Amino acid sequence: MSGTTPWISWTILAPLAGATLSVLVARRAVPIAVIASAATIVSVAATVGQVASAGAVSSAAGAWGAPLGITLRADGFGALMLATFGVVGPLVSLQAIGRRGGPRARRFLVLWLFAWASLNALALSADVFNLYVTVELVTLAAVGLIVVERDRRALAAGLRYLLLSLVGSLFYLMGVALLYAATATLDTELLGERVTPEPASWTALALMTAGLCLKAGLCPLHAWVPPAYTSAPPAVSALLSGLIGKAPYVVLVRLWVEVFPGSLGGGAARLLGALGALGIFWGSLLALRARRLKRVLAYSSVAHVGYLFLFFPLGTAGAWAGAAYVAVSHAAASASMFMAVEVVERSVGHDMLDATKGVAHRRPLTFVALGLAGMSLMGLPPSGGFVAKWLLARAALERGEWWWAAVVIAGGLLSAGYVFPILRGAFAPQRRSPELRRAPRHAELVSLSLAVVALALGLIPLRLMALLKLAGRS
Amino acid sequence: MSVWMLYGAAAIGVFSAGVFGAFGATTHVVRRVLGVNIMGGGVFLLLVASARRAPSAIPDPVPHALVLTGIVISVSATALAMAIARALSVTRERDSPAPPRDEPPR
Repeated sequence: MSGTTPWISWTILAPLAGATLSVLVARRAVPIAVIASAATIVSVAATVGQVASAGAVSSAAGAWGAPLGITLRADGFGALMLATFGVVGPLVSLQAIGRRGGPRARRFLVLWLFAWASLNALALSADVFNLYVTVELVTLAAVGLIVVERDRRALAAGLRYLLLSLVGSLFYLMGVALLYAATATLDTELLGERVTPEPASWTALALMTAGLCLKAGLCPLHAWVPPAYTSAPPAVSALLSGLIGKAPYVVLVRLWVEVFPGSLGGGAARLLGALGALGIFWGSLLALRARRLKRVLAYSSVAHVGYLFLFFPLGTAGAWAGAAYVAVSHAAASASMFMAVEVVERSVGHDMLDATKGVAHRRPLTFVALGLAGMSLMGLPPSGGFVAKWLLARAALERGEWWWAAVVIAGGLLSAGYVFPILRGAFAPQRRSPELRRAPRHAELVSLSLAVVALALGLIPLRLMALLKLAGRS
Repeated sequence: MSVWMLYGAAAIGVFSAGVFGAFGATTHVVRRVLGVNIMGGGVFLLLVASARRAPSAIPDPVPHALVLTGIVISVSATALAMAIARALSVTRERDSPAPPRDEPPR
């Protein structure tokens, strides 16, 4: 383990300071947010670089060691999540900077910076209670983002998400209390050594897993997802679906791999995998039947949460790489699709499925983005989505459990069923050219850049794999 | 049966009462928020009780720090929930019920 390093702390301090300053100096909020974002990106890049060259790095905040202090630790998985948050998030937030600092854009930027600080802290936490705090901070910032436009439907959806999320977190915290009572430590590494197979540990694992599944929106606990993703502004839905929705999963993986290492492969892991498969089918079927673009994407997100959970019954390094790749490629592709829907909605005035009809020739950038990101969601080569699904299917076949591979392939076919109608409509000939309203140009560019990221993930998988191999904390 | 077990059982009772309040037959927002707060109370009770579990005479300070942090979070979350509930009731009074722009019923 290397010595203390300042970069890892700055990935949290920079966005937090930026958010606080932009609240205090509201008139200069946008420039402050830009500077804070740039500083955060530099810190994230430096931290990821350190992990890639020298392995896991850690730092005791305020030089207070465990058990009273908080240790920040970046391993391969943490660095991968940091990089994902640091690429997708700033790109999405560019659309608010382009809006020339109206009060709505200012609120969005402040809340995004708070969310970013919490997400980075979550990726770097090595302590089950600190994970609780960061998960809760992510939730509070996410609820603020959902209700940012004070729209009535968004307020109702935000309140529902907040209450369910709080219940989920308290189940998790109850598990933390039980674990601490049994082992007298909160550090994930020490817990991994001290947890013994006894009723208290199993109860804690069950409570924590149930709470996190509720927060992650694992089918059948996904009822809060569609209202939240469809009533929030599309840029917020992009952040929710792409980044914030992955946060509970990160905690869950840490729990199952580091704290309860022996539990993988048991009946509970197969149950999680079965629920994941159920989510893939149910989410895809509802996406096929949905008639609004945002609703298609919301249900597609439910399906993609399902892929993430296929890791638990397989439990191998290959499955792990596949699930992590699903998380990263879906973050870019889904955020790109939501931003493209923003352009369509602004241009046509609504987001029904036929809104894309005949728009392809007038908004070519957006439809290139929809096509590329759609390829990744469907899992067509050479996109990131393809690599992810291929890794998962291969891991299943290597273990001789072909049914998980069948689920992955069937899910890919179903997703083609809901992505193609969006694209086909766009190129369908129309007798009269529709009247289009002005749409934000920078939203088009953001959507396209994210789609290119999703595509590029399919071309450079080996570099990221090398990062993931460092997952073991040494 | 030790005193610790007694407190532990009480904590689980309070937690369960909170779950019932949050998910029970009611749909009123304030009741749900109170239910969530009672759940939190149950967890905090368990944590404080576990501080006394060690055989030494000095209580373990870590659970106390956790409870303090937990209270701060639960106060902030409650405030946010009440603020949204209030904003929602204000917009409900102001706007006439708009037709939902959702999918048509199946």
